[in-house]
Amino acid sequence: MPADQHATSAEVGETTAGGAATADRASLTPAKDRALKALAGVEPVPGAPKPDPILVADGVTRRFGGLTAVEVAHIEVQRGSITALIGPNGAGKSTFFNLLTGFDRPDDGTWSFNGQSLAGVPSHKVARRGMVRTFQLTKALSRMTVMQNMLLGATGQKGEGFLSAIFPPLWRSQEKANTERAEELLARFKLDKKRDDFAGTMSGGQRKLLEMARALMVGPEMVMLDEPMAGVNPALTQSLLGHVKALREDGMTVLFVEHDMDMVRDISDWVIVMAQGKVIAEGPPHDIMANEAVIDAYLGGHHDAPLTEAEEQAQIAAGEAELRREDHT
Amino acid sequence: MDWGLIITNALRAMVGIDTVVFALAAIGLNVHFGYTGLLNFGQSAFLAVAGYGLAITVAEFGLPTLLGVVIGLLSAVVLALLLGAPTLRLRADYLAIVTIAAAEIVRLLYRSVSLSEYTGGSDGLGRFSEGFYSINPFSDGRYGIGRVSFDERVTWALTVGWSLVLLSCVLVFLLMRSPWGRVLKAIREDEDAVRSLGKNVYSYKLQSLVLGGVLGCLAGFVYAWGRAAVQPDFFGTETTFFAYTIVILGGAARVLGPVIGAMIFWTLLSLTDNVLTQAKSAGYISDAILTNFEIGQVRFMLVGIGLMLLMIFRPQGLFGDRRELALDAR
Repeated sequence: MPADQHATSAEVGETTAGGAATADRASLTPAKDRALKALAGVEPVPGAPKPDPILVADGVTRRFGGLTAVEVAHIEVQRGSITALIGPNGAGKSTFFNLLTGFDRPDDGTWSFNGQSLAGVPSHKVARRGMVRTFQLTKALSRMTVMQNMLLGATGQKGEGFLSAIFPPLWRSQEKANTERAEELLARFKLDKKRDDFAGTMSGGQRKLLEMARALMVGPEMVMLDEPMAGVNPALTQSLLGHVKALREDGMTVLFVEHDMDMVRDISDWVIVMAQGKVIAEGPPHDIMANEAVIDAYLGGHHDAPLTEAEEQAQIAAGEAELRREDHT
Repeated sequence: MDWGLIITNALRAMVGIDTVVFALAAIGLNVHFGYTGLLNFGQSAFLAVAGYGLAITVAEFGLPTLLGVVIGLLSAVVLALLLGAPTLRLRADYLAIVTIAAAEIVRLLYRSVSLSEYTGGSDGLGRFSEGFYSINPFSDGRYGIGRVSFDERVTWALTVGWSLVLLSCVLVFLLMRSPWGRVLKAIREDEDAVRSLGKNVYSYKLQSLVLGGVLGCLAGFVYAWGRAAVQPDFFGTETTFFAYTIVILGGAARVLGPVIGAMIFWTLLSLTDNVLTQAKSAGYISDAILTNFEIGQVRFMLVGIGLMLLMIFRPQGLFGDRRELALDAR
């Protein structure tokens, strides 16, 4: 399916995108090429404007008592790209995700999706507008079958109204169409053999796949993945990465949270780095890996330098004392 | 010991008014707890507002029975909205706290001296069921098979009661195999996941609370007609917990679970009661071990032990699926 196909069939031209120019040529696909070209002229600074942003957030702030968990001044997410949101533990990535998708309310700030404001919009309406999320701790509906999980994702179902639910002829044909679409998606995610199993019997990785497939049943324009690789065995990671790339090929925008830099380098077109609630850097993946602020955020600022002047003196003194002792013996 | 009488009484209990009342209450609770995962600990309040809605309308205001039924149904809907609107946005345990308190408030309100002019206080109300029995199509006599028979009044109440049970089961069956029911079950599993897929969880939980409340209120009508009276202390927490026992006994989230659960529950109570009484009068049990007054309590102990054994050896209930229960609820 798309993932494998695209990887081989599409060797489309040169990329001119800044830091991504070194990207492996074999992994270039039409959608990736387009995303990289669009992002090529974007200045790699926090809050950089994008040519065609699908999601724009301004001044989004969330405080828990005295702690400011999220304080994002400005970000834009380019349509049709895979954007990674990375940062060390506790950087506020997941909280920011919850705010954007309506699962939590910010203390301040505005954000819009496709030009429409999402501030104060409840989570289920955010999903209906085309921005669907997954969860860090996978939420497969355990005591329902894989197919029931999938069918739940379909929108505008007539049979979900109380009165029409009692009369199957009103919704049977729609249900059939949804079932067919679900079967195609399950086949694509190689879950078709699990169709009638309880979701609770599947492995962690399969649940991640199911959650992604289920999100696609909603027909989203933008998919928000909260740590899609967390708790997935390495063998399945490649397949999951393939599926994420395939979302971009299908014209969707992907924003995903991750803290593993290696995953990020492989699939993202653009990286936004958060630390202590703020966006500290933005840019193409290869530039980000060398960014001073990012390394400081991950390893701690001045991780190899003395903390104060006095401490520096003390270190030197200690070193000299050591040398003298060695000279004496 | 008269085993014939014991068996006859057990069979009468199996299809009797108590079974019908608790089957209906449990069908409603099964919608809440079994399908949607709502912890409603105040099911008895839905029975109470229906029973009293009917009784007050007819006995105190002299209005027709049909109007009493409509008022009872509307009361159940209003109660569900009152309970659900403020709590269903919160975590599940808040609903549990609010419902258990609300049910006690409702009971104490009907019991209160200051309202006894309308509610009859702790004595409750009677003289409202003539309208119901005036349309009884059964002529005087006994109906049934052999010794398992009922007089024409009870037969009429049972006919209406079991018809309501049947209709409720058909309704629940149709709803739970529809996409609507699928959303409810998904909410039971994980409401955030359902929200992320674009469903208005709050609205569905409220619909579930209203549906289960209305089904439970049918039990209030059958109880009121069956006894030809309503008495406030029947609507205590005990009634709710019996209904929970029945739901779990039959197997939660199974259409017929509550019905079979109610039948078994009341048959067992009748059996233990009759066997103990008979053994007592036959002299098998001495007063030192058990007095006649204690039989009523001891039968509940025995049924309780039976239920514990069931939970140990068949935790999924009679109709439940063990594989399903074994799954991690997350």
